[in-house]
Amino acid sequence: MASATFSIWRGTAEQGKFFNYTTEISEGMVVLDAVHKIQAEQANDMAVRWNCKAGKCGSCSAEINGMPRLMCMTRLNQLPLERPVTIEPMKSFPLIKDLVTDVSWNFRVKKQIKQFKPRPPDVPDGSWRMQQEDVDRVQEFRKCIECFLCQDVCHVLREHHKHEEFIGPRFFVYVAALEMHPLDMENRVEELAKAKGIGYCNITKCCTKVCPESITITDNAIIPLKERVVDEFYDPIKRLFRRLRR
Amino acid sequence: MPEYQKFEHDVLVIGAGGAGLRAAIEASAAGVTVGLVCKSLLGKAHTVMAEGGIAAALGTVNSADNWKVHFADTMRGGQYLNVWRMAEIHAKEAPTCVRELEAWGAVFDRTPEGDILQRNFGGHRYPRLAHVGDRTGLEMIRTLQDHGVHQGIDVHMECTILSLLKDADRVVGAFGYDRQRGRFLLFHARAVVLATGGVGRAYKITSNSWEYTGDGHALAYNAGADLMDMEFVQFHPTGMIWPPSVAGILVTEGVRGEGGVLRNSKGRRFMFDDIPEAYRHQTADNEEEGWKYCQGDKQARRPPELLTRDHVARCIVREIKEGRGGPHGGVFLDISWIKEKIPNAPDHIKKKLPSMYHQFKQLADVDITTTPMEVGPTMHYIMGGIRVHPETQMSTVPGLFAAGECGCGLHGANRLGGNSLSDLLVFGKRAGKFAAAFAKEHPAGSINTDQVDSIARRALEPFERGTRSTDTQGPYQIQHELQAKMQELVGIVRTEPEMLMALEEIGKFQKRAREVAVHGNREYNSGWHTALDLPNLLTVSEAITRSARERRESRGGHFREDYPNKDKAFGEFNVIVRRGPAAEMKVVRESIPPLPAELKQIIEEQQK
Repeated sequence: MASATFSIWRGTAEQGKFFNYTTEISEGMVVLDAVHKIQAEQANDMAVRWNCKAGKCGSCSAEINGMPRLMCMTRLNQLPLERPVTIEPMKSFPLIKDLVTDVSWNFRVKKQIKQFKPRPPDVPDGSWRMQQEDVDRVQEFRKCIECFLCQDVCHVLREHHKHEEFIGPRFFVYVAALEMHPLDMENRVEELAKAKGIGYCNITKCCTKVCPESITITDNAIIPLKERVVDEFYDPIKRLFRRLRR
Repeated sequence: MPEYQKFEHDVLVIGAGGAGLRAAIEASAAGVTVGLVCKSLLGKAHTVMAEGGIAAALGTVNSADNWKVHFADTMRGGQYLNVWRMAEIHAKEAPTCVRELEAWGAVFDRTPEGDILQRNFGGHRYPRLAHVGDRTGLEMIRTLQDHGVHQGIDVHMECTILSLLKDADRVVGAFGYDRQRGRFLLFHARAVVLATGGVGRAYKITSNSWEYTGDGHALAYNAGADLMDMEFVQFHPTGMIWPPSVAGILVTEGVRGEGGVLRNSKGRRFMFDDIPEAYRHQTADNEEEGWKYCQGDKQARRPPELLTRDHVARCIVREIKEGRGGPHGGVFLDISWIKEKIPNAPDHIKKKLPSMYHQFKQLADVDITTTPMEVGPTMHYIMGGIRVHPETQMSTVPGLFAAGECGCGLHGANRLGGNSLSDLLVFGKRAGKFAAAFAKEHPAGSINTDQVDSIARRALEPFERGTRSTDTQGPYQIQHELQAKMQELVGIVRTEPEMLMALEEIGKFQKRAREVAVHGNREYNSGWHTALDLPNLLTVSEAITRSARERRESRGGHFREDYPNKDKAFGEFNVIVRRGPAAEMKVVRESIPPLPAELKQIIEEQQK
């Protein structure tokens, strides 16, 4: 049977380094399978976060040969195996141990975004009517599995550490899903402009590139939100109106 | 004395999938403080994997549907071992629960009139599953999560509970550890809701992730609660089988709902070969009629691929055993054939089954719009679980509630697809409501610190053994061997001698698990976590095996080669396991209360 070598980052925030593990591989294996095999046979205490192993829960995010990816959806036959495959934790979040990072910041950010607020029901029985073409647009954003790979690759978070001022691509997608929801009546544009830091995004589209759900984050979510912000806040006539209203 | 951090909540919910989240939301709305413990990160629980939809008799596609039909379908699917009051409550309350999700932001697929679209599924007489493509579970858990985080619930992510704490007869809290740092946590609560999901990791081929080690089942059992119907394990008929690394991953029943057909290696649609008597008059007897049904023709009867899961799984096993399987030991599930029937079939398939398309393309290099999928049964769900009161979801231990897969009663001997998501909503909500009421009526109990110390000390023992010697039992090895034995000896087809062997093996594993050793430190140590999950897996494996021996007949998810037929006498009771005075597992039979006349009448009417 063939074998391959994996160079896996082991350690904590204080110290750590890459360790090489060689293990047997078989047809159809994904990176997570190799990591599990190594964990079971050579490194019982290795920390790795995973759940569904089918690309649906977004738990096993890591950087494989430098690319942010889901370990469960990265097949070994897509990687060059003549040299060691490097596996490292995500860089935008504090490291806990080995491949596991502290992603709790994302959960705090989401809590600060104004929640869904539906219009009154359309029908006396308390339900609503929506057309499929109106929900299609939102459904694209709701495919998000919260793997946070887009947050990992975004230079505003990764290089510039603007976690306090910038919510990152994941939450622009979340805000877009709420703002474009056919039933939603809330307005989140002001907070987007002021507190969520959408202006920091300079549309490099790295997030779109790494999204395992192929959500067109930049074009379909971020750019329309930027346009709304511009319309509401930087349109000179609307600015005048706002000033008069005060 | 090991240190621990202490938390106080009126209601503690253990498990944060659909049932746990729904319970937490309801309890919080009742005005009590709520703590929610997740074994993983919030929003990653197995609910996320549910694909097909939520069964609820909304009647948006076929107005003939109503709670009575749903009730009768559920009872028939469960072969009448269901707790009928739960089946009744479920059928009546599921539509409201689905509408509630919409009010919280869920975006279901729509009918041309703009209402919630419903799809066909196995065992459901009418199109009944509210869905979002084939990612309904994600939509549901995300909706509950996003709504839940604004309800003032304290969320404890990546925590595992080791034991419930009791004050005399009553449950008053729980003790566990946080996975990230390995610190101990004590939760003092007036009521506890278990919503920990299933036991899939007891088997080798399963659609379940690492989390599903029967924690809630074992916690309740160890606290003195009854488990019921544990012999009924659902093997989903269609799991991926190739390549080996993806074996077990689910292929949604929605594929068959959209017109997918099952064929053997000879190209024969073998599901037409064996249609059970109880379903014959509602099942198509030719391919054309089956297709018309999938296209929404209300006069047509459903294709045999949409018979109940237990039956479809057994037919697949038969084809494979008799040598008509595919190259990797499965059968073929084909949706690509619909190109003969509709224009733009590939686009239609991608639209209706996007994650299936994605899953096969990425993991198996198979384009399902042109090529059949090779599939085989995978351990998917356990019908059995913690025995609860049908109205309140309280277990046989005061202050301890259960909902979702770790609970029991709704599904009887076999669960219908789509009835799990609605189960989570209906009974999660009820568990939350009644746990909150219990918390309001009862003062906080007292915590026995000696009990806490001994749990903590026991949890650390594997480390001590690890430092003493390098030649000890590793946790992964024991787990893998147990999975192989359960798959082999207590799988889809069971016999007395094999189950006796299984009990002997489980006994040996129990002994080895007591000697398990781990290395490293307490921070995010997967080996330690696996070691601590082992006793739970062994408890549920033993409960499944003992219950399965007790039921000397074949019914629903339980098939015995030595008793291949259904036996009326065995339809009169449920099998219960409980912990005896000497910590031995006792098996008892509990008679099913007679069906009230009005429910009996509904069932009879629907049989016509």
